[in-house]
Amino acid sequence: MGVIGVIAVNAFRESLRDKILYNLVLFAGLLIGLSVLLADLSITEHHKVIADMGLAAINLIGVIIAMFVGISLVNKEIERRTIYTIMARPISRSFFILGKYFGLALTLLVNMSVMLAVFLLTLWLYHVPIKPSLFQAVQLMFVEILVVTAIALFFSTFTSSTLSAIFTLGLYVIGHLTADLRAMVANSEGGFGKAVVDLLYYLCPNLEMLNIKGQAAVGVAAAPEYMMLASLYGVLYAGVLLTGACLVFQRRDF
Amino acid sequence: MDDIVTEDLSKSYPSGWPGRPPFVALDGLSLTVRRGEIFGFLGPNGAGKTTTLKILLGLVRATSGRALLLGQPAGDVATRRRIGFLPESPYFYDYLTAEEFLGFYGQLAGLSRAVTTQRMDELLQLVGLEEARTRQLRKFSKGMLQRIGLAQAIIHDPELVILDEPMTGLDPVGRKQVRDLILSLRDQGKTVFFSTHILHDVEMICDRVGLVMKGRLVASGRVDELVRQDHIQSVEIVCQHIKTQGNALIHSLATRVLQQGPQCLIVLPSPDAVDALVGEIRRQGGRLLSVTPHKASLEDLFFHEASQTASRAPAHVTGGRAS
Repeated sequence: MGVIGVIAVNAFRESLRDKILYNLVLFAGLLIGLSVLLADLSITEHHKVIADMGLAAINLIGVIIAMFVGISLVNKEIERRTIYTIMARPISRSFFILGKYFGLALTLLVNMSVMLAVFLLTLWLYHVPIKPSLFQAVQLMFVEILVVTAIALFFSTFTSSTLSAIFTLGLYVIGHLTADLRAMVANSEGGFGKAVVDLLYYLCPNLEMLNIKGQAAVGVAAAPEYMMLASLYGVLYAGVLLTGACLVFQRRDF
Repeated sequence: MDDIVTEDLSKSYPSGWPGRPPFVALDGLSLTVRRGEIFGFLGPNGAGKTTTLKILLGLVRATSGRALLLGQPAGDVATRRRIGFLPESPYFYDYLTAEEFLGFYGQLAGLSRAVTTQRMDELLQLVGLEEARTRQLRKFSKGMLQRIGLAQAIIHDPELVILDEPMTGLDPVGRKQVRDLILSLRDQGKTVFFSTHILHDVEMICDRVGLVMKGRLVASGRVDELVRQDHIQSVEIVCQHIKTQGNALIHSLATRVLQQGPQCLIVLPSPDAVDALVGEIRRQGGRLLSVTPHKASLEDLFFHEASQTASRAPAHVTGGRAS
């Protein structure tokens, strides 16, 4: 196993021994269970409510874990001074960043798999048809979570935990709004506002591209080309952020 | 052959405010550590010891100057395979057991699983933590953490071991264990460079020392060279049944006179005045109980340099005290 693998496995082991993550996954299970109660309250579309709520719960908990664990990945190492002994070893700083990222990605993959299993069990128990579109939605959610983790990691390489949290949350919200904002100003006559929105659109991640929960809940599948393009976009965006994080981290003093 | 060389090493941190001068942590520090020796890096808190160590390990970049470790520039990734490091008050991954912890650092150093396991067994025995091998580090005492930290620093059998305040916070037994471990590393031919402000340990085990004050090396060399132990700094005389009050001769000779009942303690600044004082004691019909010469110690040097540094810009001197 290479150095990145050793660090990734250790980061994964750390999260496995962190009870907070278990609580969050348990909370997701409760939310999915709650969807059944809400479905009972609605007059029609029981199946859609259960699917909608379930997907939203997986997404919410995944993003929370990605954001807050992602922020602490590097900052905690520096604040607790564990980084001193790691960086004194024959490993490059980039390998450390990548190891931590892949460790968290592995944790998120396991967490999302557990939540998905609970979700599918709920659907099966309540006779909701399990359609491929649901898996497509979870796939893109995972890509979105990889992007959010990369955003959190990027900011945490040069700012405090609090600022990293604010910036990551801000970018996450903007990432879900840029497409709408651009559509709103599309017909305007240009000017500074349009230029700013255009800049935001191209700089910030287009996270709405990775959100197909609405159509997935009613069983409408996305085209394979779209799935591939959206996944590629997310992975590339995360890759650019990770490259930035590695470059910033190279120059950092501890 | 020198394992550590620093030349005119400086590090300053911007104040963060325009117009304010930067904070100078290191100011032209130059020192050498020879292969196979134990070098004690002394200085008060905030003198620049940890900053120096961080620069050597590539954790911090120097503002100017040069640092070489094992002949390679400080921070060189490949060279770190030959270096072991224990930071001050180490905080390790406390969710790991002692075995997992050493396994992790062994793998990071590029050791195979088989070699890591073999070294782990040897080191747990060496640092006396065999019983605690499956215990999580969060259940370790401070002394145990220091010992497991030392084990991780040498798991890959490094040529150069750098330790930041390895004795701080340890009880006398723990300090002796760490001292013995450092001595055994030297016996194996390794170079040990450690920072400390516990002077007693330095006098006991170091081949050479360097004294840093306000980011500058103010003295370096062998302990006996630096403190000139043949030089008597003061003499304490204890006697009985003499009258010191109002005695002009005694007060002109002594730097301190302490009368407690019939017994009197007189401190003389040099041995030159002993004969005159003994003559005065005899003249008064008093009884001489003891004459104790006090030689210079590392602590004297430490305090002397600390007070000098506060009042002057120190110059770098090798093999002796700062001029």
